[in-house]
Amino acid sequence: MLSIKNLHASVEGTPILRGINLEVKAGEVHAIMGPNGSGKSTLASVLAGREEYEVTEGEVIFQGKELLEMAPEDRAREGVFLAFQYPVEIPGVSSTNFLRTALNQVREYRGQEPLDAVKFLTLMKEKMKLVEIDQKLLSRSLNEGFSGGEKKRNEIFQMAMLEPTLSILDETDSGLDIDALRIVSNGVNKLKSDKTATIVVTHYQRLLDYIVPDFVHVLYKGRIVKSGTKDLALELEEKGYDWIKEEVDSATAV
Amino acid sequence: MSKDNQILEELTSKEYEHGWSVNFEADEAPAGLNEGIIRWISAKKEEPEWLLEWRLKAFKTWQSMKEPEWANVHYPKVDFQALKYYSAPKQTKKPKSLDEIDPELLAIYERLGISLNEQKRLQGIAVDAVLDSVSVATTFKGTLAKLGIVFCSFSEAVKEHPELVKKYLGSVVPMTDNYYAALNSAVFSDGSFCYIPKGVRCPMELSTYFRINAANTGQFERTLIVAEDESYVSYLEGCTAPQRDENQLHAAVVEIYAGAHAEVKYSTVQNWFPGDKEGKGGIYNFVTKRGICAGDHSKISWTQVETGSAVTWKYPSCILKGDYSIGEFYSVAVTNNYQQADTGTKMIHIGKNTKSRIVSKGISAGKSQNSYRGQVQVMKRADNARNFSQCDSLLMGDQCGAHTFPYIDINNSSAQVEHEATTSKIGEDQIFYCNQRGIATEDAVALIVNGYAKEVLNQLPMEFAVEAQKLLALTLEGSVG
Repeated sequence: MLSIKNLHASVEGTPILRGINLEVKAGEVHAIMGPNGSGKSTLASVLAGREEYEVTEGEVIFQGKELLEMAPEDRAREGVFLAFQYPVEIPGVSSTNFLRTALNQVREYRGQEPLDAVKFLTLMKEKMKLVEIDQKLLSRSLNEGFSGGEKKRNEIFQMAMLEPTLSILDETDSGLDIDALRIVSNGVNKLKSDKTATIVVTHYQRLLDYIVPDFVHVLYKGRIVKSGTKDLALELEEKGYDWIKEEVDSATAV
Repeated sequence: MSKDNQILEELTSKEYEHGWSVNFEADEAPAGLNEGIIRWISAKKEEPEWLLEWRLKAFKTWQSMKEPEWANVHYPKVDFQALKYYSAPKQTKKPKSLDEIDPELLAIYERLGISLNEQKRLQGIAVDAVLDSVSVATTFKGTLAKLGIVFCSFSEAVKEHPELVKKYLGSVVPMTDNYYAALNSAVFSDGSFCYIPKGVRCPMELSTYFRINAANTGQFERTLIVAEDESYVSYLEGCTAPQRDENQLHAAVVEIYAGAHAEVKYSTVQNWFPGDKEGKGGIYNFVTKRGICAGDHSKISWTQVETGSAVTWKYPSCILKGDYSIGEFYSVAVTNNYQQADTGTKMIHIGKNTKSRIVSKGISAGKSQNSYRGQVQVMKRADNARNFSQCDSLLMGDQCGAHTFPYIDINNSSAQVEHEATTSKIGEDQIFYCNQRGIATEDAVALIVNGYAKEVLNQLPMEFAVEAQKLLALTLEGSVG
């Protein structure tokens, strides 16, 4: 589904990603872990098409198409979803209104009829249950005055509504207490299918107790330096990142 | 050039939708302004002697006045002698009903999306349509008359209800008030008149559409709304003009009188031609609007959505004379390209326990300049006066300007006055967030801007709110982080 080859990207001339290679197939869950500043969030942003990141080398093929050639909105319409680490507030725009605009633009792109108000609300009610979100929250201005947990839950709710093929969760666990973490993870798990894939970007192993990955990759200095199964995540939890850093740094020093 | 700048470029090249004009025979005054012209206009309109005298007095006053220069706008001076002060579509006889109105005139309004055909009106809005200098048609007159409500053109009011006109004309905006008010008093040609008798709640929105069609013509309409004790009316005003290279002058006066326990809501969606993307042409919109809450517990509420005009100079104000009276001002002013707007309000607290609320949302794009200018004045005897002002500015791009000039003048120590101001830019983060959910940048900006202006748009009657939202989106399709 997704094939990242030798991806290099920089911000204002500083290289952050230095040759990422990653294959993600339908039905898989990949966890990207790594110490702070290793480039985890940059990878998520580059895939979603954030403008301040400049891709200097490499290619990304998503369902047979050159992802990097597409505008951010077209990537979304093709089925790439990014759950933001810091969801943005848009004053005066209700979540409902925002999502309806988004969903209908996505549907238009896919050659589907726009949903009328009734059908939209029916769909919304159905998905609300999935992520245990309150309707009151959805009639408020998007993310404005939401708690950390509410923001993250709202991200997963949007994911449920937009039904993406590839979901990228960028540090979705940050700022969540254990109950919120459980609700958010449950939502993600319910949305998984053999036709979709998930990339979970996280610093901690904790989230992976709930969203169990098929593969775990460790990012360090802009490269994937180690890949494994969920046992790797447990090992990282126990030993920290230092041993990997040492391994890599001594290898490059030689 | 970044993507955002490109979109901004595209939006600035957006054509003005109502930029057409229609050629029909017009009955015009020769260009120029002198006593003779004023006598000519007055005679043309078969006015009584007292009104002619009033006009001539205003003209003398105007001649002794200087054009105001304190506003934060810059434009070449208007040559008042080059303008024509009266232009009327030629009609062989006065139409008695809508059926007799020149179909070409009706077609103009159809193109604007305003149907004068009563049967077609779904929402029950009575419309008075003013083209250039004269009122073309007023709908729903009969229905309103049964309630004792008068809604007609100003000229008709002069003929049919001279005692009311005489009593209230100039009572809120005296002819000596300012340069443009004096000019308007001298040469005003038509406008709307509205009278709500005591205890009557007007059952429908009253609406006036203004359009300048003829070239080199000034439009000087005069609107007078009188709401007697315990009455209620909601009044809407819409404006468009054809696209022309030269600047056209619009200097209107609106006066509102509210008796005890009366409430008047006045909403404007102003979309005069703003000039082209190089700043050529466009309307000079120099307007004086003021209402007096004369009686206790009365309320006047101004809501304006200003998207058009090359230069805007406009401060809808409230004189809160009655005890417990309330004044409100809700404004969205959008400027783009080379537009300049200096707009705001004055709240003058005279009565005890008076309250006022100001919500101003400025949006500047392109190379435009957008200023809020507001005054809150609390007089000596106005015990417990309260004011809350909120002035927000939203900037798009890095070549526009937003300015705030609040004046606060308090002469009573029991007053409570609050002023909040914010300036923000549409964030790249917000746009990217929308993009990531599949929303195109143009639509993202429309969404964000409408959200920003929501508090004001919510004040508009439903039909107008939809129109205003579309207008905002149209004026500002694009963004800059």
